[in-house]
Amino acid sequence: MRDIRHAFGDLDVLHGLSLEVRPGQITSLLGPSGCGKSTLLRLAAGLETLQCGEILIDNIPVANARTGAWLPPERRQVGMVFQDFALFPHLSVMDNILFGVRRRQAERRRWAMAALEKIGLADSVDRYPHKLSGGQQQRVALLRALAPNPRVVLMDEPFSGLDATLRAQVREDTLDILRQHHTAALIVTHDPEEAMVLSDVIFVMNRGVIVQSGAPEHIYRRPADGFVAGLFGALNRWDSVVRQGRVTTPLGCFDAAERAEGEPVTVMIRPSALALIPAGGARPDNPLRAEVIDHHLLGEATDIRLQLPMADGHPPLKLRAWTPGVCRTPRGATVAIEVDADKVFVFARQAH
Amino acid sequence: MNQRSVSRGARRRRPSVWTLGGLLVAACVAAPLLAVAYLAVVGSGEPGLWSHLAATVLPDYAATSLQLMLGVAVGALILGVTCAWLIAQCRFPGRQVLAWALLLPLAMPAYVLAYVYTDALEYAGPVQTWLRAQFGWRSPQDYWFPEIRSLGGAVAMLSLTLYPYVYLLARTAFQEQSACLIDAGRTLGLSPWQSFLRIALPMARPAIVVGLALVLMETLNDFGTVDFFAVPTFTLGIYDVWHNMNSSAGAAQIALVLLGLIVLLIVLERRGRHDQRYHALTTRRRFTQAYCLSRRQTMLAWFACLTPVLLGFLLPAVVLGGYALRFYPLTLQHGYWTIAGNSLTLAAASALAAVAIGLFLAYGMRLSSSGLFRSAARVAGVGYAIPGAVLAVGVMIPLAALDNAMDALSESMLGFNTGLLLSGTLVAVAYGYVIRFLALPLGAVEAGLGRIKPSMDDAARTLGIRPGKRLARIHFPLLRGSLLAAMLLVFVDGMKELPMTVALRPFNYDTLATFVYQYASDEMLEESAFAALSIVAVGILPVMMLSRAISADRTRRESSG
Repeated sequence: MRDIRHAFGDLDVLHGLSLEVRPGQITSLLGPSGCGKSTLLRLAAGLETLQCGEILIDNIPVANARTGAWLPPERRQVGMVFQDFALFPHLSVMDNILFGVRRRQAERRRWAMAALEKIGLADSVDRYPHKLSGGQQQRVALLRALAPNPRVVLMDEPFSGLDATLRAQVREDTLDILRQHHTAALIVTHDPEEAMVLSDVIFVMNRGVIVQSGAPEHIYRRPADGFVAGLFGALNRWDSVVRQGRVTTPLGCFDAAERAEGEPVTVMIRPSALALIPAGGARPDNPLRAEVIDHHLLGEATDIRLQLPMADGHPPLKLRAWTPGVCRTPRGATVAIEVDADKVFVFARQAH
Repeated sequence: MNQRSVSRGARRRRPSVWTLGGLLVAACVAAPLLAVAYLAVVGSGEPGLWSHLAATVLPDYAATSLQLMLGVAVGALILGVTCAWLIAQCRFPGRQVLAWALLLPLAMPAYVLAYVYTDALEYAGPVQTWLRAQFGWRSPQDYWFPEIRSLGGAVAMLSLTLYPYVYLLARTAFQEQSACLIDAGRTLGLSPWQSFLRIALPMARPAIVVGLALVLMETLNDFGTVDFFAVPTFTLGIYDVWHNMNSSAGAAQIALVLLGLIVLLIVLERRGRHDQRYHALTTRRRFTQAYCLSRRQTMLAWFACLTPVLLGFLLPAVVLGGYALRFYPLTLQHGYWTIAGNSLTLAAASALAAVAIGLFLAYGMRLSSSGLFRSAARVAGVGYAIPGAVLAVGVMIPLAALDNAMDALSESMLGFNTGLLLSGTLVAVAYGYVIRFLALPLGAVEAGLGRIKPSMDDAARTLGIRPGKRLARIHFPLLRGSLLAAMLLVFVDGMKELPMTVALRPFNYDTLATFVYQYASDEMLEESAFAALSIVAVGILPVMMLSRAISADRTRRESSG
């Protein structure tokens, strides 16, 4: 997709963005609701008319706003999994899956049977969709989209209709199915964890533009701006100004060589970058001491609220830290803080 | 957002076929109304007719109609609301049976009920004869007995056959009321009776108003009962002025006044519906806890619920059945099979036409977002509110004008007379039926299409199915149930229809309804009982369908909640 723009009436939802889905790769489009990602997906499927830009599948243009070329969705050979799954209520599971298959019916039927067996739905072939659970419906919808051997599968928030306990399992099954078929897939989601688990490449979208793209690890470790960094949870943040290639924060000085001298910046530190050490065990050159106010066990990690006393009568500073496992430090205890400079980000300050 | 853009895309691809068709249908529906208005205001040719009518018969018609409406409203409310509350919020043995039995009177046309009760309760009827024999009375002066052929009698007949509308809507409203509110009332010290009056009833009011509006529209539509009882309502007035005074303009003027009354009712109903949506939002999941009735209370509940079923359906059905058994050879002799064939053909043809047009309009509303088309479709749906007598006048006028025009044209161009091509033929009757009953398929198909989410269309498209095939492979199979239901409803209403058929049918052409009307008017109910029973039997079909749909709905809700 190149240089896509789209507007509903006066409301611009997409402003000139481009993205590419490579063969055999799972790509996800991550962004908050209302950022235009579903529209992009519907444009790719041909369910919306392109207003600007060009869409190519296998290097063949399927829609080009300049020439007016437009291939209707029924001829694009894209598979789509809808947010509400959109299974046909009057057709059995097998008939739903084979709905779009026109050639080699028998072979596709065998394929569908094998796929259903693999996900434990073999005895549901003749059932009707309303008898299936949400997770089962989702997998049937995916198989239906894959059955005609599409060139790309588009998935619109495919797991948002499922409850949390089911989601992980269905996600894994989906990933397995997609990997087996080596089909390119574009998944739209607002859940960063989901995007991390599923994708080879993530495109992060905000307000109709793509703010960053890359491998999940890259997105997590090198976020392009405060929005991307904030996707993975709340951060400790301070406003500061670059002086001699460094920024100063209450937690120390950090390198900011990429920023211009005197530029106003926002410094963001992930809670997991703060390591808490019993006050006695800290390195002698570490002067950072904070008081533990409260902690909550979240399962695998503990969320700790800290208070850093400030000089000159300023109110104490509130901090948030995450440590793996159970925190054994009692409330009110003083701890030393060590900061993992790898999880400190310096962004140009944005007007709010 | 999705839905909006889908319809926007569709509008670009399908331009004006739908809009033109929709406007044509709307014009066909509106034509009779406009004709009535035109004739009433302009085309009388009889100066002073309006003031003459206003000075003589109109006040009488108005007063009687209003009294009838008031009486039926009170009767239907008492029967409908009481039974609805008992069925919805109490638990007692036999409740399930009563729940659907209470719908049975819907199958009984009010005029058939009127014929049966008159037959039984008049001076020469079995009841009074028996009373006289028991007490040795000799003449009417010896005792008092209510006159069945009166305004009060008409109120009773119409209440007994129309209360199910109120019952049905009120029951659903009571059932869907949140238990929390009733519980809150109980904790604040309300007795069950007080909580009914102060919480349940006010919350169900919008639904009850909608039901009541339907009852009143049917009351104004009724012709058979008021004609038989000689109760001078608007409907009867239209026929009287039209046929006996031979003044179609006068009939149109009375019809116009009646239409004004109907508009008032529609406004009332719309406001009721508007509120209802708001109420539905606030009530979810938990339904009202039931009161378990004691033995004595159960008896009372049975009495309350069984009375309307007994009087409105069982007794008259048994009487008719008895007559039918004894006299059916006579009915057969009077040409029963031809007449039944007429009824079936006419009702089936109208049902097919109405459903086809309804499908066209509802489908068009899904595809096109044109405001013009939507308003056209809305106009097409108002026929249900218009009394048959008004439609009869309205259909007759434009068709006769068309016939005259064609006749004149053909005489001047071709040199021969075509005579009456449309008016006084079956086309006129079917035209009237379709207009009056179009709202049924329109609503049914619209609801059916509403259940097919736009993502279904999208899914089919991405799976390579072209629009034409989409109709065949997705929409039609999913709509089949709604279409059949709509067809059945129109069919049954067509079988029962009397006021339009009487006025518009060709000479010497009888349907079951007009046959029963004719014989019963001549005090020969026995000989037409078999025909009347046929109408009732057909009428039971939608009642069965309705109760099945309701219980299916309830099971679905209970299993999901």
